[in-house]
Amino acid sequence: MHDLTILSAVLASVVAAATPLLIAALGELVAERAGTLNLGVEGMMIIGAAVGYATAYGSGSLVLGALAGILAGTALSLVFAGLAVWLAANQVASGLATTILGLGLAGLIGAPFVGTKLTAVPQLNIPGLTDLPVIGEVLFGQDAFAYLSILLLILVWIGLGRTRLGLVVRAVGESHSAAHALGHPVRRIRTLAVMFGGACAGLAGAQLSLAYTPFWASDMTAGRGWIALALVVFSAWRPLWLLAGAYLFGAVSILQLHVQGFGLGIPSQLLSALPYLATISALVVISALKKGHGAPASLGVPFVPDR
Amino acid sequence: MRKILSMAVGLSVGLAAGLGLMGGAQAAEKLKAAWVYVGPVGDFGYSYQHDQGRKAVEKAFGDKVETTFVENVQEGPDAERVIEQLARAGNKLIFTTSFGFMEPTLKVAKRNPSVLFEHATGYKRAKNVATYNAKFHEGRYIIGQIAAKMSKSGTVGYIASFPIPEVIAGINSFMLGAQSVNPNMKVKIVWVNSWFDPAKEADAAKALIDQGADIIAQHTDSPAAMQAAEQRGVKAFGQSSDMINFGPHAQLTAIVDDWAPYYIDRVKLTLDGKWTSTDTWDGLKEGVVHMAPYTNMPDDVKTMAETTEAAIKSGALHPFKGPIYKQDGTLMVKEGEVMSDKDILSLNWYVKGIDDKVPGQ
Repeated sequence: MHDLTILSAVLASVVAAATPLLIAALGELVAERAGTLNLGVEGMMIIGAAVGYATAYGSGSLVLGALAGILAGTALSLVFAGLAVWLAANQVASGLATTILGLGLAGLIGAPFVGTKLTAVPQLNIPGLTDLPVIGEVLFGQDAFAYLSILLLILVWIGLGRTRLGLVVRAVGESHSAAHALGHPVRRIRTLAVMFGGACAGLAGAQLSLAYTPFWASDMTAGRGWIALALVVFSAWRPLWLLAGAYLFGAVSILQLHVQGFGLGIPSQLLSALPYLATISALVVISALKKGHGAPASLGVPFVPDR
Repeated sequence: MRKILSMAVGLSVGLAAGLGLMGGAQAAEKLKAAWVYVGPVGDFGYSYQHDQGRKAVEKAFGDKVETTFVENVQEGPDAERVIEQLARAGNKLIFTTSFGFMEPTLKVAKRNPSVLFEHATGYKRAKNVATYNAKFHEGRYIIGQIAAKMSKSGTVGYIASFPIPEVIAGINSFMLGAQSVNPNMKVKIVWVNSWFDPAKEADAAKALIDQGADIIAQHTDSPAAMQAAEQRGVKAFGQSSDMINFGPHAQLTAIVDDWAPYYIDRVKLTLDGKWTSTDTWDGLKEGVVHMAPYTNMPDDVKTMAETTEAAIKSGALHPFKGPIYKQDGTLMVKEGEVMSDKDILSLNWYVKGIDDKVPGQ
């Protein structure tokens, strides 16, 4: 029975660890499918965390905090869109600038809140179901962000694959010139995709500062935006693979902590590297297996309409 | 050609004006002091505490000093550039607060002999470079004792950052304290290989609690572990800052860094023209390390902690007092002797009673 309790606790932690990665990566996936490589995910996440925390702290409402995080991420994504989409600047440079700007701004916004705390976003327990052994807490004992991330996944999966809008987004990402020739507003669509990415990154940041570790500290995202970016590549730009990637990464990063706690004597440096090693190996296997599911053809290429 | 010439003239005039301005500032005899931090001042941990020290200097000396700081400075070549710039900007006293700033500090110091430097946690000095550090392990002995008294499961969870001597000395001191109360205390150690990653620190705390630890100690910088302990209803110790706000029912005490007395002292010496290159390693006695109020524990445990604290302050008790055995049973410090400062600063082995290996060994 004790083993089952640990298993259940481990699985529940895995879901919590995977959630911010999944949310941020889903947003980036949409942006990249539209052809924009936004390296500003880390910056948009941290600004979401800072503004989300500040709003929740000031207003006392976690929902308002989450919404503010989304708005902040979206606002910062517009900086990237302005540079990379409308001014056709180098996307890598614009994205890096967005991250640096976000980290700095977030530190400034968050400064008055250092050392304060919030009550965490509550678990949404479903009476009866949450008490089920092993799967109870995992499936029915998470906070709203976890359920939201799954909803978001379904939305992106169906939206990209099964709707006309999704088709247009993918067309813009594969060949912006062809999409332009067909009369699609390439830059407007890319801007919207980037904004969606910003909104998701902001929400993921808010998850960190409102639910995961409900306080504000500078640089608290600690590189999760970069991991989200890597996961998008890992998934070969497909939402369901992204789910697998985020959960694989989350699972290995939680499990390695447990392995250390059992004192098996495996070097911790190796264990800390495991999530990355596991994800890279999976990436290699996937790219070996996949046929014709590479990066969107226009990814990272600035679009300048010729007329 | 003419254009270029006039530009050059303009530039040199501007430069001269700038230099003149700098000279003017010096003539006012206001001491310019600067701090270089490895992390963000908003980490509520290590860099935050250094910055509290800087603020205390401003408060203590008012108009006589002008302070600046640079945060988030990467250890390595980037640090050299930052320190050099601070020296050229007219700062006469520069504190570099992380181990990795050692070589950059020495290099810049050599080029700027009239500027005084202070490097934290390093061991290389020069005529104009002093070093300073704090005996955090003294506090860890006390929390080890408290943990042994308070733990019902007999297992403590310890979240560690990097396997460097300072952290290993902390674990050893903690366990020596714990063993002085309960010789059978067990510790589970999880390395997060980071000084600052709140989510990972929280995950580590949860993993340790899930595995049966009912007390959490940490050598990482954020209050995430404290918060996780509070949520799960177990006890924990704060690190660097008093984290009672994050664990009103969880925090037993916290090992707080207080650099203010040292910084104020060094600035005063500089103002008086009496600064010399020294090596300072202060602890509880001098107030650089102090314990947050003992809370959430019965009176007898509190009394024990206070007695130990007083004994360390008076010198009656040394955390690394013999006999101390290595894991394999080798006697490392004989009965009646204490480990030398040098040995403490280069510890790379665990004391007997820790069922784990030092990572990478």
